[in-house]
Amino acid sequence: MSNINLNQYETTKFSKIYSLGAARGDLVVTNDEIAGPIDSSDEWIRQRTGIITRRRAGKDQSLMDMSVTAAKEAIAGAGIDPKEIGAVIFSTISHPYQTPSAATMLAELIGASPAPAFDISAACAGYCYGIAQADAMVRSGMAKYVLVVGAEKLSDFIDPTDRSISFLLGDAAGAAIVGVSDTPGIAPTVWGSDGSHWSAVSMTNSLLELRDGTAAWPTVRQDGQTVFRWAVWEMAKVAHQALDAAGIKAEDLSALVTHQANIRIIDEMVKQLKLPESVAVARDIVNTGNTSAASVPLAMHQLLKEGSVKSGGLALQIGFGAGLAFAAQVVVLP
Amino acid sequence: MALSQNEVLAGLAELVNAETGIDAATVEMSKSFQNDLDIDSISMMTIVVNAEEKFGVKIPDEEVGNLITVADAVNFITNAQG
Repeated sequence: MSNINLNQYETTKFSKIYSLGAARGDLVVTNDEIAGPIDSSDEWIRQRTGIITRRRAGKDQSLMDMSVTAAKEAIAGAGIDPKEIGAVIFSTISHPYQTPSAATMLAELIGASPAPAFDISAACAGYCYGIAQADAMVRSGMAKYVLVVGAEKLSDFIDPTDRSISFLLGDAAGAAIVGVSDTPGIAPTVWGSDGSHWSAVSMTNSLLELRDGTAAWPTVRQDGQTVFRWAVWEMAKVAHQALDAAGIKAEDLSALVTHQANIRIIDEMVKQLKLPESVAVARDIVNTGNTSAASVPLAMHQLLKEGSVKSGGLALQIGFGAGLAFAAQVVVLP
Repeated sequence: MALSQNEVLAGLAELVNAETGIDAATVEMSKSFQNDLDIDSISMMTIVVNAEEKFGVKIPDEEVGNLITVADAVNFITNAQG
């Protein structure tokens, strides 16, 4: 038997996030504007969610419009040519086509074709899932740079009379360029799923039921209490595991960037993690709402923009939501 | 050793006070968490999780909706202590 000489990817040791991009829906939607159909008030919504306004896209602003804007900002920030992008990973639950993917259209629109491009469905955990994959692809030698996008136009999938989640939701896109690095920039990801709670956050019904006329247009809904318990106490454990995996302590962090689901979840998680006051906590939900896959990059982008944290600091980012699915990793801020 | 109903009530009242600031003395058996004490669903879940830890019991998600009054919670916890 002769020796087979087969080429494999040449691995590289480290990866990092080079840059971020963000785009929010053009419309600023107040609580008063949406309180009527849920028999609520500005005060009730603020108290239970922390949201003062949420950003939504009008009819003329598409999921792809926001994604292109966010992606272009990230590409410019990284100082790379779009042709150098080795893969496009697009996380969304609101791309209105089962196929083809949003990723291939985005790759074409930003000049990254013929990069491999694909969508992932991990809802509010999607961006952190994407960062995990991009990190692995870069370090494996499969790609030098990967564009990760989390984007949603959730206003297409809400029921104005739903009191469980619709009034929280917003529209936005966040983007990151992950690439090769001389120093460690993305710690190991702690991720997973819990399908025993498959229906805790879900669409109201399937497209087949819509086709058969047995159900209306599907919209997002959730079992709030179940999700709250899981999001705080189970995700606090995951956050601790991510810190351990990174080999750091909470006091080493510059920032905590959680999925922006509800200010009460964020505040309770901060309590559970016993974070020192020196750690900046992202609370972008107050003015943006819950934008699912877009919320983590958007919130991190905002912290950097307002100067609450500096490039080079450490941030724990954690996404969690429908699936149930979750992912957390410590990253060096771009 | 299992706690008595009064001891569970006192412990639960402390948890309600810690979460909401409501005077523990007003947490009486006949009171409704939502209607009388104005405790919303998120605060209720926080109290439930803290009660699990304090009393060493498990209160499943599907049971939380049945805990309408303070007495419902006290009785559930007292029985669950086994």
